[in-house]
Order: sequence, then C-alpha cells, then structure tokens
Amino acid sequence: MATINKSAVQQIVTVVSNKRVGAYHQILLNVGDIVKSCRPGNFVAISVGGDTSKMILRRAFAISRTSDNSQYGGTMELIVAPHGAGSRWLCSQSEGSELDIVAPLGTAFGIPTSPINALLIGGGYGSAPLFGLADLLKSRGCKVDMLLGASVGSKIYAPMEGKRSVNSLKIYTEDGSMGETGRVTQSLLEIIENRSIDVIYSCGPMGMLQAITELVSSTDVIHQCAVEESMACGIGICMTCVLPVTNVEGTTSMLRSCIDGPVMDGANVRWDLVGRVPDSL
Amino acid sequence: MNMPVDMSTTLGSAWFPSPIFTASGCASSGKELAQFFALRDIGAVVTKSVMTKPRHGRPTPRMAETPSGMLNSIGLQGPGIDSFLANDVPWLLEQKARVIVSIAGETIEEYATLARKLRSVSGLSAVEVNISCPNVENRGLVFACDPDASRRVIDGVRKTIGGELPIIAKLSPDVTDLPSIARGVVDAGADALALINTVLGMVINLDSMRPHLGGKTGGLSGPAIKPVAVRAIYQVHAALPHVPILGMGGVSNGRDALELILAGASGISVGTASFGNPTALIQIRDELQTLLAARGFATLSQAVGYAHRDESV
Repeated sequence: MATINKSAVQQIVTVVSNKRVGAYHQILLNVGDIVKSCRPGNFVAISVGGDTSKMILRRAFAISRTSDNSQYGGTMELIVAPHGAGSRWLCSQSEGSELDIVAPLGTAFGIPTSPINALLIGGGYGSAPLFGLADLLKSRGCKVDMLLGASVGSKIYAPMEGKRSVNSLKIYTEDGSMGETGRVTQSLLEIIENRSIDVIYSCGPMGMLQAITELVSSTDVIHQCAVEESMACGIGICMTCVLPVTNVEGTTSMLRSCIDGPVMDGANVRWDLVGRVPDSL
Repeated sequence: MNMPVDMSTTLGSAWFPSPIFTASGCASSGKELAQFFALRDIGAVVTKSVMTKPRHGRPTPRMAETPSGMLNSIGLQGPGIDSFLANDVPWLLEQKARVIVSIAGETIEEYATLARKLRSVSGLSAVEVNISCPNVENRGLVFACDPDASRRVIDGVRKTIGGELPIIAKLSPDVTDLPSIARGVVDAGADALALINTVLGMVINLDSMRPHLGGKTGGLSGPAIKPVAVRAIYQVHAALPHVPILGMGGVSNGRDALELILAGASGISVGTASFGNPTALIQIRDELQTLLAARGFATLSQAVGYAHRDESV
C-alpha cells in the first residue's frame, strides 16, 4: 500500500483549450476522474517536449482549478508563464494535443471546518490556485478577501469569474500600471486588523511568502503558503526540492516541497536558511 | 510465437526474478514509487545510500537540467542507519520487495560500522557499497578514485559482514583505469560491481555568473551519460568476465537496457528515468523482455556480454 503520493496517477490527457491571458496561458485539460482527488494547493507534473525531447524532467504546475461537470467531463485548468523551454513548449500545445501528466501531487491548503475570515494573497501567476480555493472557502461560509501583486499589470492573473468568488479584490503593481503602486505586503497588518483575518493563504515568489510570514509573526494569524522550489521529479524520489523546516520539537530538517509541501505552515519554514543547510544533526 | 524469456538474474549468491532494479538515490526508500507499481514486481529496490548518522545534505539549488540529462548535488541527505533499519527496511520487506541496502561512509571505519549494523538484519538480498558518490565535501574522499582506498573499504566491509551477504561495489567512471580499480575491489571481496555512478559536472548560471548548484559541482545522470556507462561496462566485463555487473547510466527504455546487457551487465538499475516517468521500471522490464525474445534469446543470461562474442581472449 502506498503511503506517499496516494492519490497520484500517471495518465495521458487531452488539451481542451489553450488561451493567452495577459502574460500567461490558460490551459484546460480533460483529465477525467483525476479531478475527484484534486484539492486546492495540489500540483501536476507534466512531461514536456515530446518523445524525442532533450528535456528529460517533468515540469510542475499548480492546479488552478478543476471542474467535475463541464461538457468534457473532469477538467483541470493551469495558468502557465512561458518562461523556459519546457513551459514555452507547453504553451504551444493546441487543442487536441495529448500530454503525459502525473496528478494530483503534494499537500493541499487546509480548509477550516467552521466559517473564518480568510485573506488570499497571490504574487504573479501564484494567484492561479487561489481562485479554486476561494470557491471552496466561500462554499464553507468563509469571508474571502484577496490581494494580488506583480511587477507589472500584464502579470496579474485575475479572471472575471474568479473575481466573483471573492468578497473583495485589491491589486498592487510595482510600476503602478494596474491597481495601487507597491506590494501586497505594504498594508498587510492594517488589512488583517480591519478585517479580523484568521488565516492567510498565499502562493507566489519565495520572497513574498517570507515577507508575509515575518509580518504576521506578531499576530495570531495562521499563514499557509504554497512554496516554490525547483523539482526534478515531483514525487519525492529525487531530494532536490528541499526546504529547511522546523517541527514541533524544534528540530530543523530538509523537507521535500513536493510531498511535505507545496502547502506548508509559513511559521515552520526557516526562511533565513533557504539556500543553506541547518547545523549538523 | 516466441517462448517467454527467462528474465531471472543473479548478483553473487543473490537471485532476482527480474533484472530491472531501482538505482540508489533515485527511489528514496521505495514508498514514493509504490503508488505507481508494486515493488515486488521489479528485481530489487536499491535504497538511497545511508550513512551512520542523519545528514542534511547540500544546500539548494541541488538540481540543474542539462541537455538529455541533469546534474544533482544532494550530498547524501538521509535519516542515518538506525532510523533506516527501524523504519524503511521492514516496510520494504513487508511489500515483498527484494532489498539491496546501499551504504556510504566518510571513512573506511564508517563503512565497517555500517556493515556491522547490516549483519544482523535478515531478509536483505545484498549490500551496495557506494564508494563513488561525487557529492562529498572533499573530492579526495571519493574512495573509488583511489585503487588502494577502494580495496581497503571493500576489505573492511567483507571482514565485518562475513561471507554471506553479496557485496556490490559501486564505482565511478571518473578514473583513468577503471578495470584496475574493479579488479582491486573484486580481489578485496566484492561479489559484483555497480557501474556507473554519476559523472562529475558543473553548470554556470548566466544570471548570477557563478556555479548554479549550491554544491558547485554535481553528478551528471540521464541519457547523456549512457555511452559512458556502456563503455565502462564493456571494459570491465572484458577484463573480468566472471564478475556480475549491475549496469546503470541513462537507461530510459528497453533498448538502452539491452545495450548495457550486451556490454556485460547482468542487471540494470533505472535512476533518472523514474524522475520523468514513475512507471519507467515496469515499461523497461516489459520492453526488454520483448527485445530479447525478438532476438531469439531464451534467457537473459545468454545476452549478458553478448557484444563481446568472437573476440580473441
């Protein structure tokens, strides 16, 4: 019996649609019953480049949202930034193309059992998994506010239907081309206090996750963040995507962000040690 | 119709129903892959090299994809032998997996200490002595680059572990005269050889304009190194035709596996291919069987070293 990756399956799936949205591609996959085990925060690992590719490793993407009742059966949506050779290849795949995926992988955002005030914070395409999360939180009676930030307006991902699933949405860009000029963290403590925030859910660059963790360390707010580390396998066997994380006993160990994450408690991540190793065991 | 090929193989006194194994360091301790196939359906799980004490390994970034390959610099992160033997080995044996434990040490004494711990464990198929991990702080400590140090490690393990458990010595291709190092470890008591460990490499990041990996250098694996593996296996099999070889290095399909077998490998470890394809081992096993049958081999062992036939001795 598997104890790790226990919902994951490897499957050939079909691209239903691939649309450009700002700086990103919104890719919809027909994945069938896989959607039944997908939770907000989980990710998918996709083979890129075709059979003769020199790219041998899968690329990991956060699952933006899933739908169980579309005309195509179960569908999974991804928001992909065409940054490197692998993601550019993925963004060039047209309707009807087949992809080899492994999903769902990784931990999911913890969903409260009673209604709370949630603040969702996304950086760049890190907002992608937050809209599916918002839907789920709303269905549990939570109040859901959202902050999105990016360097420029074209890197803000905020679809119309997504806006409907939140109570409020505030956008920040560093160059002021969309929303308020600045960063998502600049008024964070004020927002937490004014809106009586209980839990922050975040996804985006590591610097943003670290800054949020530091700001909320003086509050009672729980910070669940989806981390981003480069991965070779996505299934826990390569040991490359590790982060220093402290457990309840106070011991720090290098945990795999693919199976112990991507969603982690921000307070447990030793952000100061990322890119280094803890003292000898 | 072709008769089914007898795919069983042996490494020393250990028998395996299938010649396709995981590669040390590419399957963690097996639990992660168990979702994708039954571990008893492959030849053996070769576990990640374990040391006496728990170890954090190297800082990130630990990985860089390269053309048809990847560099890693994990640095032997692991739980330490006591936790490993208490938690991981019993689970694997419960799955009816055959288990080859890989050990790594910083000193000759550490290898002997690890061997002493393994001596009392029942149910293991073999021990892999990894004397060639490139991701250690001091390249001078890569035992497999030094014929004398290699022999002394294997000699220490052999004396400690007694005569029963087969010893597989894992060697590095980054040496001038691989057959002489192979001969040395066999003389010291190794029953089989694992060829090859990763090839030392480096990637420089064009943004930082510094080495990309936290550990600066890393081990190159994947299809890029397959010709190096074929060469190493061919050379060693030519020099030591009676010593079984567990071949590895860039095997990602049945054809690759057959190539290493024809060069002289009795078994195949699949490593990096599992990162891109969690069911690679099963696909390779099935493809290999078909390829052997199509070439008229009734048994896997008939194909081992077949590329050497007709050569003058």
